Amino acid sequence: MSEQQHGVWEATQASTKFQNLRKSYRGFAFPLTVAFLVWYFLYVVLSAFAREWVATPVVGHINIAFVLGVLQFVTTFLIAWLYERHSSHKLDAPSDEIKHEVEKALGH
Amino acid sequence: MDAKTLSSVLFLTFVAVTLVIVYRAGRSTKKASDFYDGGANFSGFQNGLAIAGDYMSAASFLGIAGTIALFGYDGFLYSIGFLVAWLVALLLVAEPLRNSGRFTMGDVVAFRMKQRPVRTAAATSTVVVSIFYLLAQMVGAGALVSLLLGITDPGMKNFIIAGVGILMIVYVTIGGMKGTTYVQIVKAFLLMIGATLLTVLVLWKFNFNISDLLGAASENSGKKEAFLSPGLKFGKDMMDATTGLIDPAATLASKLDLISLGLALVLGTAGLPHILIRFYTVPTAKQARKSVNWAIGNIGVFYLMTIALGFGAAALVSRTVLFRGYTTNADGLLVDKTGAVIMDGGTTGFTLDHLKDLSADAKKLLVPIDPSGNVAAPQLAQFLGGGEGTTGGAIMLAIIGAIAFATILAVVAGLTLASSSSFAHDLYANVIKRGKATPEQEVKVAKIAAVAIGVVAIFLAIAVQTLNVAFLVSIAFAIAASGNLPAVLYTLFWKKFNTRGAVWAIYGGLAAAVILLVFSPIVSMPLLPNLAAAPLFKDAHFAWFPLQNPGLVSIPFGFLMGWLGTITSNEKNTAKYAELEVRSLTGAAIGKAVQH
Repeated sequence: MSEQQHGVWEATQASTKFQNLRKSYRGFAFPLTVAFLVWYFLYVVLSAFAREWVATPVVGHINIAFVLGVLQFVTTFLIAWLYERHSSHKLDAPSDEIKHEVEKALGH
Repeated sequence: MDAKTLSSVLFLTFVAVTLVIVYRAGRSTKKASDFYDGGANFSGFQNGLAIAGDYMSAASFLGIAGTIALFGYDGFLYSIGFLVAWLVALLLVAEPLRNSGRFTMGDVVAFRMKQRPVRTAAATSTVVVSIFYLLAQMVGAGALVSLLLGITDPGMKNFIIAGVGILMIVYVTIGGMKGTTYVQIVKAFLLMIGATLLTVLVLWKFNFNISDLLGAASENSGKKEAFLSPGLKFGKDMMDATTGLIDPAATLASKLDLISLGLALVLGTAGLPHILIRFYTVPTAKQARKSVNWAIGNIGVFYLMTIALGFGAAALVSRTVLFRGYTTNADGLLVDKTGAVIMDGGTTGFTLDHLKDLSADAKKLLVPIDPSGNVAAPQLAQFLGGGEGTTGGAIMLAIIGAIAFATILAVVAGLTLASSSSFAHDLYANVIKRGKATPEQEVKVAKIAAVAIGVVAIFLAIAVQTLNVAFLVSIAFAIAASGNLPAVLYTLFWKKFNTRGAVWAIYGGLAAAVILLVFSPIVSMPLLPNLAAAPLFKDAHFAWFPLQNPGLVSIPFGFLMGWLGTITSNEKNTAKYAELEVRSLTGAAIGKAVQH
């Protein structure tokens, strides 16, 4: 690959448009990742160390452990939906735009 | 027609149909590279189904249901970890990987590195992870067959494991990625239908009252309410055999083991090579994202259904089926095949609860059919159809059994494809031939590798067939999370990451996981007293590592080594990182090889 082509990647990386895209992606995905990992490990740690508490019945034979477990499903679906919404509203368009500019500059 | 014949017919039908599909897919293959990515033209929906088919393995269907049936709530912990893990893939890995790689995990990890060392490392860990995962699936196949066809002869069981191995080799070498994808899509459909059918039938029995289902399960399990809370399998209070008191050290180890398992499950998925290469079968990152969303939907619903399957088996399937040839009579006494009450000494009769009082000679007569619980789901199907000896029971057993077979075949094909792709594309083409191999040569090598990996897996699976398949899979997850995930995340998101960092991350994580596994209580007897252990080698004592799952130590170690390798090396690749970052976020020059 020629020097000039390398230049295209670095110039694009430095551009405001790309930096905004990067910020918009990382600013959404990274905190959300931390959040669901903390939430998941809270659940696992409670399962290991708070046995008596999670065994407390809520309704009939359904106890806190079940409620927490099913909530993990709910939050997983919710986060997937939130990310899809963020990506399709905020990320797809600028990402396509930059892609076309880069490919044009590279002569593809 | 009895259940065995029906099972065989259904299963052979599935094999015949998939062979036709695979053959046609193989013939319609145009370019050599289609072997790797199936033409990279599947839709997000198709790939989402294929991912579900690739991911929901024998471990999910047989292993989780079996673990819940035997240990209650703890089995459900697997379901949750296996699902939540998909968020790592969705948020951090799927789209950047699609955008910046072509065929293998090594493509992305080696993107801005020195090719030979990094690709060698990537291929090594891909093959190791895949082999562990393959073992789990093939062990599941063996367990299933002995139930469905009533085979107890170990030679015959080994023959079946070998048959599964041969079929997967055929799928992969003839159909490549395209054929494998279609097999996985068909399987995903069948599995969802089968699981839904069982779930509805179970809930029906309890008037769709989940609380009643759980109550019946805890009652029939004999473990009362403890069955509905965590703690029967993982993170147990470990007793000291001589004093009868709780041993705090062993108990802590057991609880840490649960954390370790949780860590491995949630971080393993995005490091599984056979899952990662599925993202290459769609044309764009957007489709990759849609694939993951479809997969999360399918997989989430399926894992919710494992509650009904597992607790349903615990509630409805008699515990006597765990012992071949013995049942309980109307008075709750343990009787043999002729109906005679089993006597022991002066006692008049036995229920299952008295098993422990049997003399050693009497115990020998009790042959545990399924000590690891791997066939609880098919047993549940048989019960729901009307029970043993009824036509309905036979039909249900046959259907669910055949679906479980289909499940295993689709997953093993995906695994064989991932490892043979990596061998050919990373190791042969980029390391041995230094990027000078023709695509035709590459694919030929991939097919030879598929045969070799299949044969190795057959022999290893025969050796470890007493282990629970969900457990075996969790080990594969730990190795994937330790050896692959750190390198994948660092390379995508850390500018300074370099060749030494990548090599140390992969080998460090991989070695830590495998070494700790060798010295864990699942290989030999633990040195620390009072730990739970059912090791492969019962007469050996070298397990100084107290945990069964190495993830808690080996995953942070993989990340640590990646960081250490990076900061101790001067290599910088700012320009290549610019290219990787722009490509991974935008998809510019997607599918084009990196020029070095």
